[in-house]
Amino acid sequence: MPEEQSPSWKLEKGIKGDFVFKGLTALFAFSILAILLLMVAEMVLASLPAIRKFGWSFIFDRQWDAVQESFGALAYIWGSVVSSILALLLAAPLSIGTALFVTEIAPKRIGSAIAALVELLAAIPSVIYGLWGILVMAPWLQRTVEPFLIKHFGFLPFFQGAPYGVSMLAAIFIMTIMVVPIITSIAKEVLLAVPQSQKEAAIALGATRWEMLRIAVLPYGKSGIMGAVILGFGRVIGETMAVTMVIGNTPQISLSLLNPAYTMPSVIANEFAEASSKLHSAALMEIGLILLVVTLIINILARFLLWGVSRGPAGGIK
Amino acid sequence: MCRAIVGSFKMLGLGLVLVAAFAGNALAETLINGAGATFPYPLYSKWFAEYAKVDPTVKFNYQSIGSGGGIKQITAQTVDFGASDKFLSDDELKAAPGKLLHIPTVMGAVVVTYNLPGVAKDLKLTPEALAGIYLGTITKWNDPQLVAVNKGVSLPDQAIIVVHRSDGSGTTSIFTDYLTSVSPAWAGKVGKGASVNWPIGLGGKGNEGVAGQIKTTRYTIGYLELAYAFENKLPYASLKNKSGKFVEPSIASTSAAAAGAAKSMPADYRVSLVNQAGPGAYPIVGFTWLLVYQEQKDKEKGKKLVEFLNWELKKGQKMAAAILYAPLPENVVRMVEKTVKTIKY
Repeated sequence: MPEEQSPSWKLEKGIKGDFVFKGLTALFAFSILAILLLMVAEMVLASLPAIRKFGWSFIFDRQWDAVQESFGALAYIWGSVVSSILALLLAAPLSIGTALFVTEIAPKRIGSAIAALVELLAAIPSVIYGLWGILVMAPWLQRTVEPFLIKHFGFLPFFQGAPYGVSMLAAIFIMTIMVVPIITSIAKEVLLAVPQSQKEAAIALGATRWEMLRIAVLPYGKSGIMGAVILGFGRVIGETMAVTMVIGNTPQISLSLLNPAYTMPSVIANEFAEASSKLHSAALMEIGLILLVVTLIINILARFLLWGVSRGPAGGIK
Repeated sequence: MCRAIVGSFKMLGLGLVLVAAFAGNALAETLINGAGATFPYPLYSKWFAEYAKVDPTVKFNYQSIGSGGGIKQITAQTVDFGASDKFLSDDELKAAPGKLLHIPTVMGAVVVTYNLPGVAKDLKLTPEALAGIYLGTITKWNDPQLVAVNKGVSLPDQAIIVVHRSDGSGTTSIFTDYLTSVSPAWAGKVGKGASVNWPIGLGGKGNEGVAGQIKTTRYTIGYLELAYAFENKLPYASLKNKSGKFVEPSIASTSAAAAGAAKSMPADYRVSLVNQAGPGAYPIVGFTWLLVYQEQKDKEKGKKLVEFLNWELKKGQKMAAAILYAPLPENVVRMVEKTVKTIKY
C-alpha cells in the first residue's frame, strides 16, 4: 500500500520543513532584535551633540530652554514615571477586578457583554481620548473633583494649589482609562486558562467563592496577570497624544497632582517638528533614549518582582 | 493546465503593458514636492487645487510637517521648495548648498483671546500689560494696569490663568517675537522662538488645545492664530500699537502692518513685522515664506515653480482673505514679483 511506504519520505520532508521553519522563526525573532539595536544606535548617534554638551547633568537638570539652548530632562522623567506608575496603581485593581468578574462571577452572557464593551475601549484612537479629556473631563475635574480634593484633602501635599483641570491628575485618569482594556483582556485570558480541576478542588475542600479565587485562581494566574500589568506599563509610559492634551505641558516637579506637568513623549511630540537647531533636536533624541532606558529599567524591576512573587506557591493549591 | 498558466502570464503581460502605458502618461506631469509650515497649509492646498485647473501638467505635493522640518528638508534638497513661518538665520542660510530665497506668500496674525464672564468683547491691552501677564508680574484681572485702559469694563478680582502653546509653532514665534520687541524684561528673561521656556502658564497642544482650555476655563488668557479664533468666534483683545492706537485684529489691520514696513523692507524679506508703526497696523503680525533655491537644478521644475509663484502673487492673493489669511499689500507684491524674476532655471 502506498500509504505504508510514505512515512520515511514524509519524515524526510518533515525534517527539511522543520529546518526551514526553525530558520524562519529565528530570522523573525532576530530581526526584531536587530531593529531595536539599530534604533538604539541611531538614537545614540543623533543625540551625541546633547550627550557631549551636557553629559550626566542632562538627567539631573530641570531647566529646559530652547532659546538659550540649555536642556535638562529631569522634569520630563519625573512626569512620565510618576504619571505612569500612579495610573497603573489605579488601573491594575480595576482591571483585575473586571477580569475576575467577567470570568468567575458574572453570568456568562453579562460577563461576555462587559468584556466586549471593555475591549471596545481599546479601539478608540488616543486623540479622541485627548479631545474628550480636554473638553469634558478636564472641566469636570476643575469644577467638581479638584475643589472637593482641595477642600477635604488639601492638608496633604498631593492636593494643593489651584484647580486648573488640566493637570497630572487628568493625565493619570486618561492613562488609566486607556490601559484598563489592555490589562483586563489579557488578565481575562489568563484567568480563563486556570484549569477547572483547580477550582473544583478548592470548592471540594469547602472553599467559598472568594476563597476559591484567592487560593486556586489568583495564584495560578499571578505571573500572567503581572505580565499584563507590565504590558500596560509600556502602553502608558509611551502614550503621547491624549496625555499631551490634558497634562498642561509645564516642565515642573511638584508633589501636587493638581499642578500641570510634562512627560517625555509629550515634549518630543510638541517640539520635534519645529526644532530647527541641532542641539535642540539632539536633546529631544536623548529624551527618546532616556524613555527607552526608563522603560527597560522598570521592566527589569517588574521582572524581579515577578520572580519574588513566583517563589511562593506557583501552581495553585499546595 | 500548463496552457492555462501560460495564458494567464500572457494576460499579465498585457496588463503590465497597459499599466506601463498609463504610468508613461503620468510621467509627462511635473511633480513638485514641498514641505514645511502648518500655518499656511489650508491656503496652500487651496492654491494647489486651483492651480491644477490653470496648469494640469503640474502637480504640487505639500507635506505640512512644520517650519523646522521644512527648513531641514530644503537644506537637504529632498524637496523642491520649503515653507516656513520663521526666516532663516545667517548660519542656516550658509548651511544650504545654494542661495535660498525667501518668498513671502501671505501674512498671519496672532490674536489674544480670553474668557472673562461679562466681558464678551472690547478688552483692551497695552504691550506692557500683555508682557506683564505672560511674565507673571501681573497676576489679577483687576490689576491697575488693566483697569486704566479698560474704563467702564468691570474686571473681576480673580487670578489670571495664562495659557500658551506647548507645541513648537510659528504662532508662538510671532507672539514671542512681539513680546521680545515690546518688553526688555521679556527679551532678557525669555526671548523669542518656536518653543520658549515659559515663566508661567499652562501649555495647550495646538490651536485646538489652547482654544479648548480658554473655552472651558474662566479667567484664562491665551493666544491663537487669527483664522482659528475668528472661525471659532472667540473673543479677542484690541492691542495698543506703536502709534498709540488700540487696533482690533483683522485681515485689513494685518495687511496694514506689512504696508507700513514696505519702505524699509530688506531685499531678502527676512524681516519681523511685529510692532509696526501706522495708525491701522495690528502689532502681532508676521510673514510666512516659501523657500526656493535661486538656481533651479531641474529646468522643467524650475519653470513650473516660477509660473506658479507668479500666479500665486496675482490670482492667489485674492483667494487669501476669504479663508482668513491676510494678502500681501500691493507694494510688497510688486517687490516680490521682481525677486521671483531672479530665479534661474
